[in-house]
Amino acid sequence: MKYCQGLYPIIRKENPAAEVYGLVILCPEIAAIAKCGQFVNIRIDGFTLRRPVSICEIDRQKGTLRIVFQIRGKGTDAMSLLNPGDLIDMVAPLGGRGFTLQEGANAIIIGGGIGNPPMLELAKFYGGNATVISGFRNAAAVILQEDFKSTGAKTFLCTNDGTAGEKGFVTDILGRELQTHTPDIICACGPMPMLKGVAAIAKEKGIRSEVSLEERMGCGVGGCLVCACRTVKDGEEIFAHVCKDGPVFDSKEVFPNE
Amino acid sequence: MNENRLETVFCGIKFKNPIIPASGTFGYGREYEEFYPLSSLGGISVKGTTGKRRNGNLPPRIAETPSGMLNSVGLQNPGIDSFIEKELPYLKTKNTVIIANIAGSTVSEYEEIAGKLDSTDVDMLEVNISCPNVKAGGAAFGVSCEGAGTITKIVRRATKKPVMMKLSPNVTDIASIAKACEAEGADAVSLINTLLGMRIDINIRRPILHNNVGGLSGPAVFPVAVRMVWQVANAVNIPVCGMGGVSSWEDAVEMMLAGASLIQVGAALFTDPMTPVKIIDGLEDYCRRQNTDLKDIVGTVKPW
Repeated sequence: MKYCQGLYPIIRKENPAAEVYGLVILCPEIAAIAKCGQFVNIRIDGFTLRRPVSICEIDRQKGTLRIVFQIRGKGTDAMSLLNPGDLIDMVAPLGGRGFTLQEGANAIIIGGGIGNPPMLELAKFYGGNATVISGFRNAAAVILQEDFKSTGAKTFLCTNDGTAGEKGFVTDILGRELQTHTPDIICACGPMPMLKGVAAIAKEKGIRSEVSLEERMGCGVGGCLVCACRTVKDGEEIFAHVCKDGPVFDSKEVFPNE
Repeated sequence: MNENRLETVFCGIKFKNPIIPASGTFGYGREYEEFYPLSSLGGISVKGTTGKRRNGNLPPRIAETPSGMLNSVGLQNPGIDSFIEKELPYLKTKNTVIIANIAGSTVSEYEEIAGKLDSTDVDMLEVNISCPNVKAGGAAFGVSCEGAGTITKIVRRATKKPVMMKLSPNVTDIASIAKACEAEGADAVSLINTLLGMRIDINIRRPILHNNVGGLSGPAVFPVAVRMVWQVANAVNIPVCGMGGVSSWEDAVEMMLAGASLIQVGAALFTDPMTPVKIIDGLEDYCRRQNTDLKDIVGTVKPW
């Protein structure tokens, strides 16, 4: 593992939905080693703690990373004011464990709300062998649908209120899809109740599944132990850390009782 | 003239510079070796280690505050045997002073851990009697002269290694606690641990931290720490290791002027993991400009 820390130029900015922003950052040294499922830790002037944000896309040729984040508080609000030409202070790439990439395998990839961005790089890897299921609160929150389609994956969209795509939850679509085909792996990122639902379905069908977690972080590298996540491995309770032991975990470790 | 103007001797141990990552912010060093060689640091104060493995508190364990943060990790660590077996051999290869930070829930736990470390390669012990995030022991010992003295005495008896007592700021008179430690044979004191604090999520009307309360650190506590270092340094004849909100070389100089011979850096690592090496660079420039050895500025503030 190697970490880079520095100031990197922002070359593109997007605002795909209300309070959701995307940045493309030129950082060849990070792009060269970043892996699918990892994250970056961003410093914002005037704040003690950095803000961890998942990596949405890695372009090794152009030497860029794309991140997409939602305004959650004052820190991310300040981050949303950054513009192309500005420099952003990042520590990256972080995360000791990203998504498992299995050549030639079939994957169902599930994103809930702001849990969708880290799934794009994964969808690009599996391409035509992937089924992507995206869920959002409503039509106004929908992001990344064109990006997911351009990976060649089969895509499904749902919203809680039916204002875009199907009305319902990602787990409804997952259940339906599993009636027609069985993937080698299911990967998900989103709110905990959604991840729990996905884990339960995967366990019932005996399909391997991985979930990407979020927790309030300190150092982002495994030194401070604040981003604890209760896991069970081989029957033993372990307080793992999202930053270093994750952010991607086997769903059986996170939801042992589902 | 000494070529290395940052070198200092503390409790008989030579430190190449006085900058040490603070316990609990730096693990056992491995993670930060990805940023810079650990040999560039004066020393490392390792994660607080207890007799048995501890899982720590439930998350969330961190909350941001104006110019700082609260944490409630609760001494998560693999236990003393695992530290000695798995972490210490690695640290020993890093050419830096190893400070074993230890904590216990009972007097006998402190005694047991100190005894186990006595025959190892750690250079000194930092005894945590000030963790605000555990139910038993910890700060309970550090908030009275009697408790602090008892733990000092027991650890002193269990080891020949230098013993540094880490003091809590959540007390009425920190100088009297420091004096109690000195009287029972402490070789040094370090201060301050975190200040007990609390934040509440106004939307769900619950504390942000699952532990409800936690320890405040970061620039917000710096003036409190400088004041306490100054009070303690004036009250005892043993050296003082200062910490609490130090995030720049200027802060380090200020705390040394107040009386600290060594400086620990904690929360600043989260804002910028490069902070310790930046402070060391800044201190070198300062000594050159002031034409002084750094150790000669310790405690030289002239009060009004």
